[in-house]
Amino acid sequence: MIPTQFEYLAPTSVEDALAALAQHGDEAKVIAGGQSLLPVLRMRLNAPEVVIDLGGIEGLRGVREDGDALVIGAMTTHHAVLHDPLVGQHAALLVKAEHQLADAQIRHRGTIGGALAHADPAGDLGAPSLALGAEFVIAGPGGTRTVAADDFFVDLFETAIAEGELLTEIRVPKHTGWGAHYEKFVRVAHQWPIVAVAAAVRVEGGTIAEARVGLTNMGSTPLRARAVEEALVGQPATEDAVATAAARAAEGTNPPSDLNGAADYRTHLAKVLTRRAVLAAAGA
Amino acid sequence: MTAVEDRPDTSAKEIGRDRRRKEDQRLITGRTRWTDNIALPGMLHMAMVRSPFAHARIVSIDTEAAKASENVVTVLTGADLGEAQGVCINAWAITTDQVAPTHVPMPTDRVAFAGETVAVVVARTMAAARDAAELVDVEYDELPAALDLKKSAADEVLAHPDLGTNKSAFWKFDSEEAGTGGNVDQAIEKARGDGIVIEREYRQQRLIPAFMEPRSTVVDPTGEQITMWSATQIPHILRFALAATTGVPESKIRVIAPDVGGGFGGKLQQTPEEMITFAVARRLGKPVKYTETRSESLMTAHHGRDQWQKLTLSAEKDGTVTGLKVELTADLGAYVSLVGGGVPVLGAFMFNAIYKFPAYQFNCQTVLTNKTWTDAYRGAGRPEATYAIERLMDELAAEVGVDPLVVREKNWITHEEFPFTTVAGLEYDTGNYEAATEKAKASFGYDDLRAEQKRRREAGDRIQLGIGVSTFTEMCGLAPSRVLGQLNYGAGGWEYASVRMLATGKVEITTGTSAHGQGHETAFSQIVADRLGVAFEDVEILHGDTQVSHRGLDTYGSRSLVVGGEALVRAADKVIEKAKPIAAHLLEASVDDIEFSAGRFGVRGTDQGLAMADIAMAAFAAHNLPDGVEASLDSDATYDPVNFNYPHGTHLCAMEVDTETGGVLMRKYTCVDDIGTVINPMIVEGQVHGGLAQGIAQALWEEAVYDDSGTLVSGSFVDYLLPTSADTISFDVQHNSTASTTNTLGTKGVGEAGTIASTPAVVNAVVDAIRHLGINDIQMPCTPERVWRAIHDVGGSGTTDTEGAAMPHFDESTGMQGTTDRTDGAS
Repeated sequence: MIPTQFEYLAPTSVEDALAALAQHGDEAKVIAGGQSLLPVLRMRLNAPEVVIDLGGIEGLRGVREDGDALVIGAMTTHHAVLHDPLVGQHAALLVKAEHQLADAQIRHRGTIGGALAHADPAGDLGAPSLALGAEFVIAGPGGTRTVAADDFFVDLFETAIAEGELLTEIRVPKHTGWGAHYEKFVRVAHQWPIVAVAAAVRVEGGTIAEARVGLTNMGSTPLRARAVEEALVGQPATEDAVATAAARAAEGTNPPSDLNGAADYRTHLAKVLTRRAVLAAAGA
Repeated sequence: MTAVEDRPDTSAKEIGRDRRRKEDQRLITGRTRWTDNIALPGMLHMAMVRSPFAHARIVSIDTEAAKASENVVTVLTGADLGEAQGVCINAWAITTDQVAPTHVPMPTDRVAFAGETVAVVVARTMAAARDAAELVDVEYDELPAALDLKKSAADEVLAHPDLGTNKSAFWKFDSEEAGTGGNVDQAIEKARGDGIVIEREYRQQRLIPAFMEPRSTVVDPTGEQITMWSATQIPHILRFALAATTGVPESKIRVIAPDVGGGFGGKLQQTPEEMITFAVARRLGKPVKYTETRSESLMTAHHGRDQWQKLTLSAEKDGTVTGLKVELTADLGAYVSLVGGGVPVLGAFMFNAIYKFPAYQFNCQTVLTNKTWTDAYRGAGRPEATYAIERLMDELAAEVGVDPLVVREKNWITHEEFPFTTVAGLEYDTGNYEAATEKAKASFGYDDLRAEQKRRREAGDRIQLGIGVSTFTEMCGLAPSRVLGQLNYGAGGWEYASVRMLATGKVEITTGTSAHGQGHETAFSQIVADRLGVAFEDVEILHGDTQVSHRGLDTYGSRSLVVGGEALVRAADKVIEKAKPIAAHLLEASVDDIEFSAGRFGVRGTDQGLAMADIAMAAFAAHNLPDGVEASLDSDATYDPVNFNYPHGTHLCAMEVDTETGGVLMRKYTCVDDIGTVINPMIVEGQVHGGLAQGIAQALWEEAVYDDSGTLVSGSFVDYLLPTSADTISFDVQHNSTASTTNTLGTKGVGEAGTIASTPAVVNAVVDAIRHLGINDIQMPCTPERVWRAIHDVGGSGTTDTEGAAMPHFDESTGMQGTTDRTDGAS
């Protein structure tokens, strides 16, 4: 159906976008790929007076190297991230998650920055960004600041991006040579995950030297399974050892209950999927 | 006697050819006339104001702010429209004492389900109408809502307090009373002593037809006739209902179903929205359009299924069935809709299926609740019956300790026994269950998969394999009018067709069926091309407009080919008969010597002849016709079937179950359907594929879920899980043809077969995979969570109800600034 009437602004620079945000305050909504905002507007669940479209800001697209990190522009589409050779080489976990994100149409329209700023705890990119220790570059009236992934996700649909600020870049530390896997559990392919687990591991001589595990849809934000990470370090990449560590996957989580599964079922899934994700990431 | 009779080689003929669908280019590109594409001069747009409550008194409706809104023409309530809005009819009062609330399109005092329309905004643009709908201020006094089916059947809370009960009608068939079989209670009692009794209760969850094109209606009242375009399956029935309930003469109403994007029974309806659009257009004297949103479609277009099935099957120790007793409780929702009251009863004749039950009893209690009303959905009554009996036959096999195919073979009607009168009183004309099953087993690799299943069980594999069987039949080709009369249905079941021979030799066909995606234009052209010996390209099929195809009973119940196609054949044959005297006259031969073959009228024993086109031109010119012969070859026919039509088939499904997560994955699906003569194999394959996907979706994915206050939780495709091609596998679709004897072409219906057969095949496979773990049922949809709970016995069985809550991807809690008042329920 049709959204309520709004003014449409299409700035061509971050500065102009910030100025528009400053001018319109909480009457404005920022649109990136629109894959979540447009349904919300069309169902009239929200009625902003101004919509600021970042699509015209060329500088927010693309992937580049910056020393030990990859820098991904916030307006880079999922499709572009999925097929970027740098991402494939240095942040394979993101590729694994993007590959399973929604469907081809959404991957062509939706953006990595839009998805992360939307902060749906069932979104596919929160857990991998936590696992990879991504940093979020946020531009505001006073310049830019960088927020660590662990501090970025605040609550359900709430991030560290303050009013008047924009997410401009995602900096992903290179995990060259790490094994990666995104284990997503859905009933139909295009569904948000009921639970998903993002795992990146560095295996040295059959032993897990480092491990990062992120959980999707196990609380009001994406979560890191720190207990699992700690338990994995120094363990052999075997079914038994990984299963023992994965049994701690639900520690500190607060999963929802809804028509796709009750909390206790999600708790169970988190453990099983963590074991599978880590084993797959370790190539075991 | 059912051996396939020898038919002439059809390789040169149109029937049996994989013709590309001639309608697809316009349908796929959208360069066509969908209702919502229609724009008329001065046309106004409507938006509905809908109740957010399942059950409430309407205290007041303040329309002032909306009326003052820019570009708004008016805002109307039920009180404003009064009797001009007509009523939504209940065409199938299955009993004379059926309790049914009056279904006013826009009620004035009380709403009975969430989504019911209480006011309509009429504006110059659709956006203005939608904006103003949010300004209509409705004050409600919420009432307790009847939501749970079993509790509603016990009258705990009344859906319509004035009626005094939720129990709408009780309908019973008993084979002893009908003289078609024995006493079922005696059979069950005996089996309790020395045989086997299987008692189960199955849930048919509520489903949403979810057709691709949302419903849309345009009404133009400015001509001598009021014209309604509507995305409907039933233009003819709709015209009748409009006339019967508004007082407008039928001759002053023209209903057009232009290209319609799917229905699955969901557009077999006379909707409140159509009635309101009709009334508003008449009141304002201007063309008016209403197109629903997807949210409105899921919430208010009629739903399907929603039954509890209490089943008792008795058998001898060796698995020979002796009796079947069915006790259904069926949720009608808030109103008894067009044919909704009778849909559960359509299953009454099918629970016995292909098996020789000596005793049978069917009991059905229909119940009113404060949910969206239910009506036909692909299969309508027959999927429910097939599910119950095919699940039970697997349970019986498990009890006897034999393969599910063995217990079926022991009980099914053998091919030598046709025609066969069943315990439900139907006469099955043809079938060959043995042949279909043998072919399916071979193609499926049944024995190998059984061996793999055994290996996995013995090894205690995390992935277990299950094989599900469904040897289904159905009754389709609705329907012999006399039978419908006996069932107290409000109409007949005949169909109409006409053939117009144009001067240039081209042919125009009108059919009373109303395609909405089935491919009638192609298949009917093939039939006519063969029958009249004209080119496929020279046949035009006209339908879906009461002024063009003035008679008809429309499309549903797999009837278009087997009933409408037969009418077409008979009309075409009349053309030939009318042409013969003209041909004889022109050829200076006796009519008795005229032979018609492959489009040519020849004189027996000579090489003289004339083509059909020559006769058509001669009839048009009328310069040289025999005395007393009219200058027209045009003919028509109305065909009333003498019997239903009984396609059948064997469906085999292999499912993998991940015992750790409860996740299920389809491994293989083979079906061998016997649908008689196939007109167009490609269209048939498409029907089977789509039908299978829809039936599998009931088994695994789809469910309309309400919360405790009667709000539809699965109100978008985020939560109402439709499968895509990413979720289904490549089906192994085959046929085994036994020509039907109930129509000239030997065809059987195929529109619903896949849906009817597949659901139990899938659930049987899921249960079979984990039966060794002590499980004999998983409630549909077989979600991973239900399977997991059943396997691990965590928090109940595999039959727990679905949680009435959705993930909050798209609601107010998306943390976005700005507010919207949703209390008016506009969506």
